[in-house]
Parts: sequence; C-alpha cells; structure tokens
Amino acid sequence: MNALEFIVAGMLAAATPFLLAALGEMVAERAGVLNLGVEGLMAMGAVIAFIIVYHGGGHLLGFLAAGLASAALSLVFAVIALGFRANQVAVGLAIGILGQGLSALFGKTYESLTVKGLPKLSLPWFSDIPVIGGLFAQDVVVWLSLAGTVAIWAVFAYTKTGLVVRAVGENPKAAHALGYPVIAVRFAAVAFGGVLAGFAGAYAAVVYTPLWADGMIAGRGWIAIALVVFGTWLTSRIFLGACLFGAVSLASLAAQATGLDVSSQLLSSLPYLVTIVVLGIISSNRRLLKLNGVASLGEPFEQ
Amino acid sequence: MSAPSRPFLPVLVRREHASLAIKLVAPPAALGLATLLNLGLYLLMGRDPVAVFHAMLLEPFLSWASFSEVLLKMGPLLLIAQGLAIGFRAKVFNIGAEGQFILGAIFASAIPIWLPQATGQWIWPAMLVLGALGGALWASLTAFWRVRLNANEILVSLMLALVAAQLLNYLLLGPWKDPAGFNFPQSVMFQYDAMVPILIPGTRVNASLLIAFAFSLAAWVFMQRSFAGYKLQVGGLAPRAAGYAGFNEGRAIWLSLLIGGFAAGLAGAAEVAGPLGQLQRSISTGYGYAAIIVAYLGGLHPIGIVFSALLMAALYIGGDNAMVSANLPVAAVRVFQGSLLLAYLVAIAFVRYRLEWRHAAHGSAP
Repeated sequence: MNALEFIVAGMLAAATPFLLAALGEMVAERAGVLNLGVEGLMAMGAVIAFIIVYHGGGHLLGFLAAGLASAALSLVFAVIALGFRANQVAVGLAIGILGQGLSALFGKTYESLTVKGLPKLSLPWFSDIPVIGGLFAQDVVVWLSLAGTVAIWAVFAYTKTGLVVRAVGENPKAAHALGYPVIAVRFAAVAFGGVLAGFAGAYAAVVYTPLWADGMIAGRGWIAIALVVFGTWLTSRIFLGACLFGAVSLASLAAQATGLDVSSQLLSSLPYLVTIVVLGIISSNRRLLKLNGVASLGEPFEQ
Repeated sequence: MSAPSRPFLPVLVRREHASLAIKLVAPPAALGLATLLNLGLYLLMGRDPVAVFHAMLLEPFLSWASFSEVLLKMGPLLLIAQGLAIGFRAKVFNIGAEGQFILGAIFASAIPIWLPQATGQWIWPAMLVLGALGGALWASLTAFWRVRLNANEILVSLMLALVAAQLLNYLLLGPWKDPAGFNFPQSVMFQYDAMVPILIPGTRVNASLLIAFAFSLAAWVFMQRSFAGYKLQVGGLAPRAAGYAGFNEGRAIWLSLLIGGFAAGLAGAAEVAGPLGQLQRSISTGYGYAAIIVAYLGGLHPIGIVFSALLMAALYIGGDNAMVSANLPVAAVRVFQGSLLLAYLVAIAFVRYRLEWRHAAHGSAP
C-alpha cells in the first residue's frame, strides 16, 4: 500500500472524532451557545467507553455510556452557563479541565492497556476499485457517522426543528416572543453536542486507536471547535474540514513510516499549525464570517 | 396567575445593585462547595475523606517546610494570573499562557545552554528579561492573528500552546539534550550564576516571588489608576461605548496579549532559573491553565488574585501530599481545580441575581 492509498483508506476513520465533535459543537453554537469544554467532554467519553469495552461490555454499550456521561457533563455546563448565566467561555474552560481531570482519574489503572477495535465493513465492488477502493471499507461507526452527518444537514436544511434552533441562536428575544422556549432549546442543543462529543471520544479510544493513554484526545476537541469556524457553521463544509484534518494526521503518520527526515515533533504539531493557518485564512474573510456566523453566540439570554 | 397546576420553580431575578458582600463571600463559598463535592468523590473512590482533606487543604499550612513550597509555587501562578486577568477584563481570552510560559523557559535557557562557562551576576536577570520577551513574542503571534486576520484568540493561543509543548520536546530530545544525561529529555544543569537568588534562607523560595508581588502592584496601578487600564476595561464592559469614545480595539488586544505573554514568559524563565535549574520536559505542571482559574477566582482583581494564587499553590502542594499519604492520583488536583472554578461561577451569579421561587410563567421554561 503506498502513501496515497494509505491516506485515502484511513482518512474517514481519522476524520470521525473531529467530525462528530465538530457537528455537536455546531448544533450548540447554532443555538447560540459557545461550549469550549469539548476537549473535556471527549476525554470523558473516551475513558468511559474504554473502561466498558475493556471489561467486556461491548462497543455498543461503550458508545451509549460514553454519550450519556458526556451529555451529563455538558448539562452541568448548561445549568451553570444558561441557568446561572455565567460567562460561557469560563464555564467551558472549567468543564474542559474537569472532564480531562476525571478522565485521567478514572483511567489511571488502565494506562497502556488495549482493547479490540471494530472490523471493517466493505461496500461490495466499490472496495475493489484501485487506489480509492479503501475508501469503501470502513467500520460501522464511520458509516453511521456519515449517515448522521446527512441527517443533521437535512434537519437544518428542511425541518422546522432546524429553523427553531437557528432562530434561538440568531435572535433569542424574537424566538421567545414567538413562543419558543429559548433556554430549553439551548439545553437540548448543548446536550446533543455532549452526546456527539462523547461518541467522538469513544471512537478515538475504542476504535481508532484502541489503547488507553492519559491525554489521548490531544487537542482534537479544540480542533473540532476550530472546525466549526472553518466550516462557517455549515454541515457540508465541516465534513470537508474534518476530512482535511483526517488526511493531515494520516499524512504525518505516512511521512514517519516512509522515513522522511522530518522531526516527529514537527509532524505531531502539524494539525495544530494547519489549524492556525486555516483559521487565519478563513477568519480574515470578515464578510463570510458575518454572513454565516451566529448573531447571539455566547450571549446569555434573559427574558 | 398562581394556578396550582403550574410548577413552583426557582427563578433568577436581577438585583438593583450588585452585591459587594456576595462578591467577597463567593470565593470561600466556592471553595467550601468544591471541597464537599470532591471529598464525596474521594469517598466513592474508597479513600478516607478526612485524611485527604487533612493532607490536601491543611498540611500545606501546618509546617514551614511545606508552606515555603506553597510560596515557591505561588510565584508563577501569581505572575501568570495577573497578566491574564488584565486581558480577561478587556474580554481578550488568552488561554494559551501555558505556551507563553514554555517559550519563556526556552528563551531563558538559551543563555546558560549556549554560554555554559559564563559567570557574573548579569546572567539570571538577563534570563528573566529574555524569557519575558520570549513569552510576549509567542503571544504576539496570537495578537497578530486576532487583530490582522480576525481569528479567534482563544483557539489560536491554545493551538500555539500545543505547538510550544512540541517545540520543547524537540529541543530536549535533539539539540539541547544533555549529552551526559543518560538520554533523559533534559538540558545540562545551569551554572550557579544562572540561578535567581534565594529569598528566604533554608527554603527554595527565590526572588522571583518578590517580582511576582511587584508585578501585582504594577497590575493594580495599571488597572485601577491608569487611563490605559481604564480604556481596556471599558473595551471589555462596553465595546461599543469604547468604540464611540475612540478607544482603539486593536491596540487593546495587542496590549492585553503582550502583557499576558510577558508575565507568563517571565514565570517560565523564573522556573528554569529557580527551582529546576535546567530545562526539562515537565517544566510546567499546567500552570498556564491553572492560572486561568486563579484569575477568575480572584475576581479578576489584582488583590483578589494574590489570595487565589496562594490557594491554588496550596492545592498543588496538598495534592502532592495526598498522593503520597492517601494514595490519591495527581489527576485529583485537576478535578478539584475544575470543580472549584465551576462552583465559583455559580456563586458569583448571586452578585447580580437573587433567587426567587415563582410559579412558572405561560408555558415557557424559566
């Protein structure tokens, strides 16, 4: 397998943690809530899923518990940031620190242990195509994530639910005047984001690299938040951005494998550097951000 | 309106005047709440909560030996938090102080690593200055991205902190590795003149604590007494008013980030030129992130931050104690830090709001 085939085949799996976490954050932000705790929510989901799968509970239960645990933590965020109207940036940072701390605490005795990942399910015929065939052999979570991405896109494009979420994020006062429960919608959006962040962490810990190491999320939650900006709050662009980051992280692996004479530290920081550069490029287009941005993002709502 | 079928719910009602009393009570109340929650967690983990409480929150203050270690840890936290608080009040969220701290340590280390034979009393002050410049330089990248490219400073500063950690690894595994260091990722030990003089004989507390206090005083003068500080605060509280008054937003962002980076870089330099005496992988045990909590817990006020820095430093030392005496994992400190900030954010809500029990209004959530 050459480097190109390696990247094509593995890109979607590498992209999945980014994709799930970023889509969850997108939903919360579309409702007007900036939750910076994604890194901690992912770490929480990761450790819970790992512990359950390690003890033989199976991947399904692992993912469900991870989603629940991260949703619970995101509800703590919601109660303090929305209920008590605290500064969302500060609450998000605190949830991030708490989630990473809990993850390290629970995972302490599992350090360096491994679990079995998930088998690849191939799409017949397609997976035999040369070079890009690997794209059609993915595990079940990747397939479900792709379906979920389409579903989220459809909800925002075609349904009233999507419209209500956006109304609450754009102009909560008007949404409230129309009779929509602003705070309840925001709670639901944050909890949904928590579930997806939990799934993202679970995927990272029990499917993508099924080995427990403290700090294994390694900034992916933060990159997911940046992806929402890259994708200008649009599902399709966030998907493309996640694929880009999947490819970047695989490209650094491929470069190491081919013995390219680049320091491994430079390769490890490649995703962070790419984030910084792309963030600069996208953000400097102020019109684009203004057009797609969420008008009342991060602002508390008082009726 | 009070139909019995409607649920009786707590509602936050805005106070007519912010309550100063609650502002003062909030930090100790938050500490109490976080302590209770965490002791409950330790109980669930099968640890003796009384023993952990004693080791974590009392022991740091019970002997001079451990209290001096608290003072030692307080220095960097105080410096970084004072710098960050200035930015936070201007609503410039530099959360990458960890990276600025690391760059400060790297810049400061350049002198003793490149000039290992040099002697003279100029070395440690030069290291501190160089470190502060290194931190400010790293923060200036974020400022440039924010002001010129409109990029979110939270994300850029954090990404740069992750890059800084890799840069440190690169130096310690490559060009700056001690050739006689048995392959450990650390630099050579620095010469005597590269050490900040000891402040309190018999302890490891050095003059950098004095610098941190001097910086706190300067922060107080700057924020409470100077026009530049006033402009920063207006920009944070009422950005539009600041715009109408002709206060330059870009300048406020540059100033906030440069001050934050300068302080964090100085703290990083003082770590390698102080208790460590060499550049190591573990130069920072999350000071940059803990300082965010210190800044908030101190009410973003220079005087409050002195107390919250002392508390956070005690938590670090207490966490180490509890690890030894009560077999508590180090991660427990991070859990405590996170829950402490959350508890504080809840408590501080009551400065502006009071709780009232009301029947739910027409169909909408409270």
